[in-house]
Amino acid sequence: MRTALALLMLALAQPAWADSHRELDRRAKALASQLRCLVCQNQTIAESNAPLAADLRRLVSEQLAEGRSDREIIDFMVARYGDFVLYKPPLKAATLLLWFGPALLLAGGAATLFIVLRRRRARLEVRELTEEEHRRVRSLLEGAGDREAP
Amino acid sequence: MFLVVAVFLAIGLRLNPREVPSPFVGKPVPAFDAPLLREPQKRFTQKEMLGKVWLLNFWATWCPPCREEHPLLVELAQKERVAIVGINYKDDPARAMQWLKELGDPYVATLTDFEGRVGIDFGVYGMPETFVIDRKGVIRYKRIGVIDRARLEGEILPLLKELRRP
Repeated sequence: MRTALALLMLALAQPAWADSHRELDRRAKALASQLRCLVCQNQTIAESNAPLAADLRRLVSEQLAEGRSDREIIDFMVARYGDFVLYKPPLKAATLLLWFGPALLLAGGAATLFIVLRRRRARLEVRELTEEEHRRVRSLLEGAGDREAP
Repeated sequence: MFLVVAVFLAIGLRLNPREVPSPFVGKPVPAFDAPLLREPQKRFTQKEMLGKVWLLNFWATWCPPCREEHPLLVELAQKERVAIVGINYKDDPARAMQWLKELGDPYVATLTDFEGRVGIDFGVYGMPETFVIDRKGVIRYKRIGVIDRARLEGEILPLLKELRRP
């Protein structure tokens, strides 16, 4: 009787266990895709086939199973491999240029374009000729007409 | 504009992206407890080296640069009487023993890290890797990759001299 009861409880508990297992698996995958494979550098440990990446994936799963938080696991990796292990670099003084460099370049380009266009417009501005200028234009045109005549 | 690009390119080409800044220099040596290669029933921890200036060298027989580096380690151990602890990383113990027999054994102790656990605690990702550790057990230098003669004479020997000063 007791065995049957135990089996029944186990059967009932099973889906819950499977759920928590799936959840751990999901977290392990999420973490693995945030961590850089140090050997191949432009891949995460989720994507890489390098032996070290496999070791680190296993380590992530083990630590999750031991009940560690995502934050603790990330800190564990950073303590060993430095910020470089984070596929997305953290925002701090040393990485300011990395984060805001592109925006700065864009702003610089936009400012340059604005200034160049304004100068050009200033040059192209249409202005009425003064009386004096009209007279010079007329005399020049007439003079040119004279020269071209045979 | 061209000048700016040229300057960035010049800096970029000189940097080595494989040299990841190490978070270890200036920190205490991570605790480890690993079996000895020749006597696997015995274990060795970092505590045994406390009070000494020592080198920790990760190596493997499957790593060609390790073979290149090995004679220099032998020389360092003999001439300078530096205590070097070797960690044989993810390797076959029989091959490792054969290697030491053939090429000479510069290590005061050789440990096995079959699963690469010790390697992970030291942030190892390239072979070989070498750490210089002072008397208090603080890491003072780390080299990822081969120690060549220039690095040995220009970086490691002066550091050892400084650290060994009484």
